[in-house]
Amino acid sequence: MKLIYKVIPWFFLALFGIEILVVFTPKKDGVLHTREFGRLPVLMNGRIQPMDSVGRNTLLQIRSTGDVPLEMVPSWKFWHHPKKLRSSEWLLEVFFKPELADTRPIFLIHHPDLLEELNLADKGVERSGLRYYTFAQLEPHIGEIQKQGGKARALDDKQRTALDKQVIKLHNAIFVYQMMKAAARPPSWFDFEKDLATFEKGMPAGMEAMRARDAGKSFDQAVMKQFWEPVTEFFQLAKDPNAGQMYPLVIPPFRADQKHEDWTSLGQALIDSIRDEQIGQPIKYLATMASAYAQDRPTEFNNAVASYREWLDQKGFAAQIKKGNEEFFYNDTKSFLHAIIIYIAGFVLAGAGLLTMSAAPALSESLRRSSFWLLILGGAVHTFGLIFRMYLESRPPVTNLYSSAVFIGWGAMVLGIFLERIYKLGIGSLMGSLVGFITLFIAHNLALGGDTMEMMRAVLDTNFWLATHVVTITLGYSATFAAGFLALVYIFLGLFTPLLGKLPVTKTGGTARPQLEVGKSLAKMVYAIVCFATLFSFIGTVLGGIWADQSWGRFWGWDPKENGALLIVLWNAVLLHARWGGLVRDRGLMTLAVFGNVITAFSWFGVNMLGIGLHSYGFMDAAFRWLVLFIGTQLIVIALGMLPLKFWRSFQTSAKGSGTTGPASGKTATSPAGA
Amino acid sequence: MLDKFIDFWSSLRLTVVCLVLGLALVFAGTIAQVDLGLYRAQNEFFRSLFVYWSPQGSGLKIPVFPGGYLVGGVLLINLVSAHIKRFGVKRDKAGIWLVHFGLILLLIGQLATDVLSKESAMQLFEGETKNYSEDFRGNELVIIDQSNPDYDQVYAVPEHTLERKRELTDSRLPFTLKVKKRWANASLVQPGTKAPEQAVHSTATAGLLKDVLVLPTPSVTDMDQRNTPTAVIELSKEGKSVGSFLVSSYTTTDQPFTVDGKQYNIAMRFTRHYYPFSLTLLKATHEKYKGTEIPKNFASRVKVKNTERNEERETVIYMNNPLRYAGSTFYQYQMSAGEMAANANAAASSTFQVVRNPGWLTPYLSTVIISVGLILQFALHLFGFLKRRSV
Repeated sequence: MKLIYKVIPWFFLALFGIEILVVFTPKKDGVLHTREFGRLPVLMNGRIQPMDSVGRNTLLQIRSTGDVPLEMVPSWKFWHHPKKLRSSEWLLEVFFKPELADTRPIFLIHHPDLLEELNLADKGVERSGLRYYTFAQLEPHIGEIQKQGGKARALDDKQRTALDKQVIKLHNAIFVYQMMKAAARPPSWFDFEKDLATFEKGMPAGMEAMRARDAGKSFDQAVMKQFWEPVTEFFQLAKDPNAGQMYPLVIPPFRADQKHEDWTSLGQALIDSIRDEQIGQPIKYLATMASAYAQDRPTEFNNAVASYREWLDQKGFAAQIKKGNEEFFYNDTKSFLHAIIIYIAGFVLAGAGLLTMSAAPALSESLRRSSFWLLILGGAVHTFGLIFRMYLESRPPVTNLYSSAVFIGWGAMVLGIFLERIYKLGIGSLMGSLVGFITLFIAHNLALGGDTMEMMRAVLDTNFWLATHVVTITLGYSATFAAGFLALVYIFLGLFTPLLGKLPVTKTGGTARPQLEVGKSLAKMVYAIVCFATLFSFIGTVLGGIWADQSWGRFWGWDPKENGALLIVLWNAVLLHARWGGLVRDRGLMTLAVFGNVITAFSWFGVNMLGIGLHSYGFMDAAFRWLVLFIGTQLIVIALGMLPLKFWRSFQTSAKGSGTTGPASGKTATSPAGA
Repeated sequence: MLDKFIDFWSSLRLTVVCLVLGLALVFAGTIAQVDLGLYRAQNEFFRSLFVYWSPQGSGLKIPVFPGGYLVGGVLLINLVSAHIKRFGVKRDKAGIWLVHFGLILLLIGQLATDVLSKESAMQLFEGETKNYSEDFRGNELVIIDQSNPDYDQVYAVPEHTLERKRELTDSRLPFTLKVKKRWANASLVQPGTKAPEQAVHSTATAGLLKDVLVLPTPSVTDMDQRNTPTAVIELSKEGKSVGSFLVSSYTTTDQPFTVDGKQYNIAMRFTRHYYPFSLTLLKATHEKYKGTEIPKNFASRVKVKNTERNEERETVIYMNNPLRYAGSTFYQYQMSAGEMAANANAAASSTFQVVRNPGWLTPYLSTVIISVGLILQFALHLFGFLKRRSV
């Protein structure tokens, strides 16, 4: 009997540990080296990144997923991994087999009016209640979509209806998709390798004709026409201002007069090649990859990828190759996704452990231990992702909204581990895994906006302030949420279970040391974390002011984001002073701490949404609805927390448990400053 | 009675009430920015004793909520009196003392900044030299006497005083000025161009802008926009009119006129703040990340010349790296350089935000003090807690 309780934590740790090991083991390529291709460096959004990231971020924008599922698997067949196109594979198709890519259902449309208008209601593929369409299905309607998209775009953001926003999104997705198709192969060269070779062969004659014409001499009209026709297309491609923003610059600098960071679009590289009267080597590799892939010649494709990598290495792009490899690995491990899974498991186990605390102490302790170990494992995976990201970006942990979500969860996880180490009640694990899971889930949704490692605008381009102000303020958010979620636990346990008034029971059945009821312990945790939150949010806010003074000449400007931070500081100060003044006791402190969730959510997300109405659409709008929902639930919990004591199961006097000692709100006020 | 009074002012209850009121105020002031704009919301909610509500259609101003100055002020009194009354000088209270002392310094410093700091802008084209900056909001009516070859004598009147004072005289000027018309905000329309219906004739009788039409526009309150006040000023000498001039901040045109054989210029312009030194823009650079429109850096190479101190040096002002000189700070604010300037077919230019804030050091000081206090205070808690647990 004893043994099984010892085994349970090890079992869970091994189960999830093995999964993580599998994820982190390097994987081999199949017949076609698509992973090697996915690692190739390109320049987009102002930074070197692997092809895989390009495909991934584009797919996220278009389809809201990083891969394209190819078959439907009923969800109960969880052991059956559905076939899917990985982001690099999808990108390869878009680049080199566009006719096949056109048949992949990637465009998400869910507004019924739009479906009706485009006459698409009975087409497309349905997955989990969402309808996806292929480019081929949408192609006949592109004119209409463009027209409507243009109209919707002309409107002011506030006037746009849900339909308008959907049209804009679809229009945008189609635009990006079409751009991507022309990024790595001139659209009229269906056999890139062959057409390029023909072009190269005809180049001397073509240039000759050109020079003759310029000098006013007679020249061969036919040669001129044949040679210059594709060149017009290159010029168009080369002039495109979207290059590098909507699609990658795929050609590294290959001419003597180019600087090391001067990557160019394929169109520009072709124009440069004509000027040199010699086709640049990277274009040739790309052409070989394109044709070999399109004609299903895997060996030649693999060789071309390998030779291109070798060429890059020799030409001094070793650092870029390394960046490509590393970011590919980062994308491939999806560490935050795995952390989410482990956190959920940890949360469930911690909850189960708490609820069985008095009924089955030994089981409860075993579950608590399991959840704690999982929190540590999940935390390690989370930390790995966080640090790897920092390394890839050479930046402190928080650079944008996405990374703030990752970091808030991380902070709460660390606090959870600390609390669990000290109190051993399962509550620290419960809070840490819950906040970790929620924030990583939010981050996952924020990533749908595109590249999350974008370059920092001039004023933000300072690692010093990002490392000091941004990190401290985000830790302040973490701590305030941690206190708020602990308070939620308090209110739920207090109302619906008899646990708060109990003394925790140890494995052996005796009472734990020190002799403190669960409710009292929780109150101490919340109080300590509020102190921590006050410290960090205050220092963070003031550091923000100093940064503002350094860059704009004013310490404080009452700007919404500053005010948001100030609200958190003020609220934490209210909590501390109310407690010191004896205005609130344990239960009061808890309801106040729950309101801290509202304030923090507002200043984290709400201030970015000022002016956005309820009846709108798009990501920030969806987030707005979630924010309202979250705040609503918190207000309900606060109302519950203010119910009279007779409704609290934990404090009902007809106690059955041994440790029940009446209201945990206590009869003595805490002295000022907790001294 | 006195005890009760002191109890009231030093109570933690009052602290909590003030903090909650402050919280509500900051929240309301943030939400109000959506409609009012930053500048007005700031003035109505934070730089005020009360927040007023004016029922629509009535001229009433009903105070509905304490404003920033009131809440901050009461909190300050509360803080000071609590210290005098409740906290003796004890070692375990050192943290609290430091935190609150720092807070007081911060609040007072911010109040001083509110009252004393001046913000203006200096726009320079490459090669240009200036010894003045221009106010973001204020305007002035100026008469410039250029008769001295070494310097210009400038007579300036703040624009907002024109509303009350309709007639202006100065013993050094041989003529008087009379405000005949005034628009708080207006734009000018060239005669001959297709003018909107609302454009009116200014009734000016002299000067370069005599025939220009005035298009009155509603006043703006947005932080990024400014009013361009416009007026018709009649100059007269000994009761006889010299001419009525249309002046407006909408244009930078100075209009010359002659009285008693001496030439003057008249203009309405953005209020200027002069400095005992000058700045020359040598080079403006605007870098973008490769293949994107994301700005990477804005930098201005400038020469500072101070004849009084016989000083001349070059320095670079860029994002997060302002120039602090002689009590003023110059921040990189706007820039039109590189492609941007080339596209607009203009010379490269750079605009600095110039701030004079005598209290700029207080937040730095108070941050250090408060941080030390908070760390001390919570560390005492933590160690006490860990000690108790281990017993």
